[in-house]
Amino acid sequence: MSLIQTQGVGVRVGSRRILDGVDLSIRRREIVTVVGPNGSGKTTLLKILIGAQAPSEGAVLRQAGLKIGYVPQRLAIDQAMPLTVSRWLSLSGSNGGEKHSKVADQVGITNLLGQQMTSLSGGEFQRALLAHALLVRPDLLVLDEPTQGLDQPAVASFYRLIEGVREDLDCAVLMVSHDLHVVMRSSDHVICLNGHVCCQGTPTRVSAAPEYQALFGQDTEGALALYRHEHDHRHDQAGNCESDTG
Amino acid sequence: MNMIIDMIKQGIAKVILDDFLWRSALAGIALALASGPLGCFVVWRRMAYFGDATAHAAILGVALSLAFSISVFIGVMVAALAMAFMILSLSGRMFAVDTLLGVAAHGALALGLVAITFIPGVRVDLSAYLFGDILAVGRIDLLVICMGSALVLLVLWLRWERLLLLTLNVDLAAARGVDTRRESMILVGILAVLVAVAIKIVGALLITAMLIIPAAAARPISRTPEWMAGVAVTAAVIAVVGGLSASFYWDTPTGPSIVVVASVLFAAATLLTIRRPKPKH
Repeated sequence: MSLIQTQGVGVRVGSRRILDGVDLSIRRREIVTVVGPNGSGKTTLLKILIGAQAPSEGAVLRQAGLKIGYVPQRLAIDQAMPLTVSRWLSLSGSNGGEKHSKVADQVGITNLLGQQMTSLSGGEFQRALLAHALLVRPDLLVLDEPTQGLDQPAVASFYRLIEGVREDLDCAVLMVSHDLHVVMRSSDHVICLNGHVCCQGTPTRVSAAPEYQALFGQDTEGALALYRHEHDHRHDQAGNCESDTG
Repeated sequence: MNMIIDMIKQGIAKVILDDFLWRSALAGIALALASGPLGCFVVWRRMAYFGDATAHAAILGVALSLAFSISVFIGVMVAALAMAFMILSLSGRMFAVDTLLGVAAHGALALGLVAITFIPGVRVDLSAYLFGDILAVGRIDLLVICMGSALVLLVLWLRWERLLLLTLNVDLAAARGVDTRRESMILVGILAVLVAVAIKIVGALLITAMLIIPAAAARPISRTPEWMAGVAVTAAVIAVVGGLSASFYWDTPTGPSIVVVASVLFAAATLLTIRRPKPKH
């Protein structure tokens, strides 16, 4: 039984098709990475999965009582709202002080708890968002471009953190990434999206060949992996499909 | 012995309810308790213009109530609600929201003022509805004001976390299972209730001031949303008591006096906590 499943999900805005016939399913403990270029409908798909937007066609099936921890790509907190990191964490609905300090320690924001959310740096803010999502004790953790703006060592260490989270919470992870080729090593499933599902599969283990070593730098613990695309079609400028064989 | 205490209590209650100044103070404090926290949401969600539009629609509501001889509270609430839902359904089409709100706010005010002149045989004291007439609050008015404020407070208390999530990020709220559309409607609904309650006290033109100014005064000295709501209530209560006193001693108009005191509190809080710009390196 999957936690969440889409059946032929499509979205139109006016006459434009944003998404077309997307079928996917996520099971417990599974890590799914969605990659795709800008404007490929990744964020739209994500909004449909978390229930923030209804699809124009198709259906989304959620397991009853499914708890989703969502980490948005950006969250603009108005200066007019005073909000300490600590209060932000308690907005997750969890009010256990012990749980808070454990999660704060896990993501490395322990010394920031008394600060205002608006005073955090980009990286600190992102970790505070993750901590909130973890305190929801989600069945499914949804991350929208969590590694944007991070350098490769930071990406690798973030992925190791997410692996640890999956072990702790026994949850599934859905991650959206704009990096088409380098994905999280422990992804069970990679989906390449460009309006529709272009191809999908599993990431390839990075070999010890020196070319790869050069590409992946010091990521010796192997948190990163390559995804090889197997497309049987191309997209023209307007986004329409052209068959490679035809 | 108990009987005597009861008699004294009833006596005090009678003195308070019979005295217009006490009734005014109680009505104003009841409004302050609700406008403090609701005003925070108006500030956080940048709904100042939205508040203006619903408040100005109140004058149209007054005209309707007089024309159909129904309670002013009901007429104002219906007009404010209708205005709020009209804006919600029209926003995002063709015009920027602030343009739409500008049209709606001033259009509704003008239409209300024109409509009132058409009502036959009624000489209406317009300034009472524009600037409030807190000293004329009767016992029934006081009861309705307290009930309206209590309703607003109860709804805010029950839905506080949900409304905060919604205000921070719509998608985040949706992911947590919050029905974002319904919660937005509820917030607009209690805003209409507050407008109906406040028109008697500060008048249609100054309702938004009672929402925004105490909340804005609270912002610089608050670290959490709850603190800000609490400080806003305190500021609003001080404004009501101070404005009433000023009005009593110096014979100034009451509604505007309340808003002046609130503005002074805002200026003081802002000036006291203002930070010098950091030197550039």
